[in-house]
Amino acid sequence: MPTLPKLPRPPQIGLLKGLGVTLKTMMSPSTTQQYPHVKPDLPPRTRGVIALMEENCTVCMLCGRECPDWCIYIDSHKEVVPPKEEGARARTRNVLDRFAIDFALCMYCGICVEVCPFDALFWSPEFEYSTYSIRELTHEKEQLRVWMDTVPPPPELDVGADLPKEIEDGLKAARQAAEKAAAAAAPSEAPAAAGKAGGDAPAAQAAEEDIHVEAQVDQEVFDQLVAEGKSERVARAKAKAAYVRKEKARIRAERAGGEG
Amino acid sequence: MEPGLLDFPSLGLSIAVKLLIMVGFFLTAPLVAGYMEHKVLAHQQDRLGPMEAGIGPIKHGVGQLVADGAKFIQKEDIVPTAADKWVFSLAPGVALVPALVVMLVLPLGPGLFGENLGAGVFFALAVSSVSVLGVLMAAWSSANKYSLMGGIRAAAQLIAYELPLVLGAAAVVLQAGTLSLVSIVEAQADFRIFGLLPMWFVLPHAIGFLLFFVASLAELNRPPFDMPIADSEIIFGHMTEYTGIKYAFFMLAEYAGMVVLSAIATVLFLGGWYVLPGVTVPELINWVVAFFGAGPFEFHPVVAGLLGVGVTMGKIFTLVFVMVWFRATFPRLREDQLQRMSWLILIPLGLLNIVVIAIAKVLA
Repeated sequence: MPTLPKLPRPPQIGLLKGLGVTLKTMMSPSTTQQYPHVKPDLPPRTRGVIALMEENCTVCMLCGRECPDWCIYIDSHKEVVPPKEEGARARTRNVLDRFAIDFALCMYCGICVEVCPFDALFWSPEFEYSTYSIRELTHEKEQLRVWMDTVPPPPELDVGADLPKEIEDGLKAARQAAEKAAAAAAPSEAPAAAGKAGGDAPAAQAAEEDIHVEAQVDQEVFDQLVAEGKSERVARAKAKAAYVRKEKARIRAERAGGEG
Repeated sequence: MEPGLLDFPSLGLSIAVKLLIMVGFFLTAPLVAGYMEHKVLAHQQDRLGPMEAGIGPIKHGVGQLVADGAKFIQKEDIVPTAADKWVFSLAPGVALVPALVVMLVLPLGPGLFGENLGAGVFFALAVSSVSVLGVLMAAWSSANKYSLMGGIRAAAQLIAYELPLVLGAAAVVLQAGTLSLVSIVEAQADFRIFGLLPMWFVLPHAIGFLLFFVASLAELNRPPFDMPIADSEIIFGHMTEYTGIKYAFFMLAEYAGMVVLSAIATVLFLGGWYVLPGVTVPELINWVVAFFGAGPFEFHPVVAGLLGVGVTMGKIFTLVFVMVWFRATFPRLREDQLQRMSWLILIPLGLLNIVVIAIAKVLA
């Protein structure tokens, strides 16, 4: 007996839902950027092109050796630097003659940037350097210098992160100098305590270093920095630092008052 | 039949004017439909679509299709070695001409039509079916298995969907009591639901309109009924081997077909040039003006006709928009699902619709 054809299921509400989705999408603005007219807003760590800070390069050749594609060409010669003092030995110094990166070979792995011990290589987000000739993709050091001007400042540190080492060192030195000056001024103000203080000074200094202040945002400083146009993150970090500094100074003053 | 606005005492002049208007309409309306497809489809897919090619200061890609046309003309015209060259070259024309000929009987405004044929509906539907002959010619002459399969699918689809199309239109003809497209528009102006509310045929003929619209999508090989040109299965069906201007002709035929079938649907179901059921644009303007206390204006027949053309165009392109909207939304049906849908749902529904309309007509 022949089977009757199975009736298809009737169209369901999903058809209308689908129409609703497409209509809603049509009404909402598209996120497309009109690229040649509107430049993309690339993050600072974009791997667009590699830039060279020639002054930092010591021709150590690490980048060229680590490059998996061997796309870095370095030529250099040695120069004799006359001795600084009478009777000392003359030194030699490497002078960079040629530094070129063949971006036709480069695979943008970034190992050269990572490996450079002297901060001579940087990533830049520039990417519009395509050419009609493959030879022009070999960028000589003059061109790499041009790219250096497009390297963005490094991204801001996270809140609560350690300060960069060089800034930390500088701050430490400045603090010590200030304390030395304060210690020099102190005896004239409090001659009675001079004898005792003379012996206790290093200990007091160590104790002061131990002052621990819970970091809080100094609203006044924060508002001022934001008004100056600093980003909120920077302002918050600086306001915290200002608060800590102020608190420490207050505690220090209190202790000094107590001792006095 | 009373003469339209384009019928002048001199026969030669009327023929020249009608041809000029027809060709002008034929060369612009499909381009508008094509541009609409580009932009609407793009925005529904969260894109922008063409943005560069502009006509003068008007940007947003309005000149894209003109530029495409110029490009197609420059392309090499390739005819496959094994192809049947004469048939291969004729096919795009055969696909294109029916859309052009149907425009002859389409009333765009009051008095603005090429010819008020007594058998207008019959003529329009009969001629628009000829385009599948072009598809079959292209499919067979290409000497390509994908083309042939596409052509056969198109033929099967035409046989399946010509019936619901005609059944949907037949119910309207039954209701209006005439085959003339102009008279059908006028009949809708006089029509009252339950003898009270003026309404176009789209409401009492909701099923018929649905049948007609779905069937015209299938007739045009528009998604979700585009199995004959299903790119994931048979490349591009009958258009696989076509290049350059011949391919452009096929595309033009598709867009012209969209416009023509939307125009027929507008005339049959949406009240043609009447801006509201039973109200023409001059009447509407006079109502609004009377509301503010000004006297009624006299409209020259040509002005009234052009206003009517604007209304008709608005309705046509609304339907074209819905066609594009469907394309962006619905996935393609399978070949057997397509046949099932026509023979098991649409055709019985169409017959039922005719019976109901006939009973209502006799009782009313």
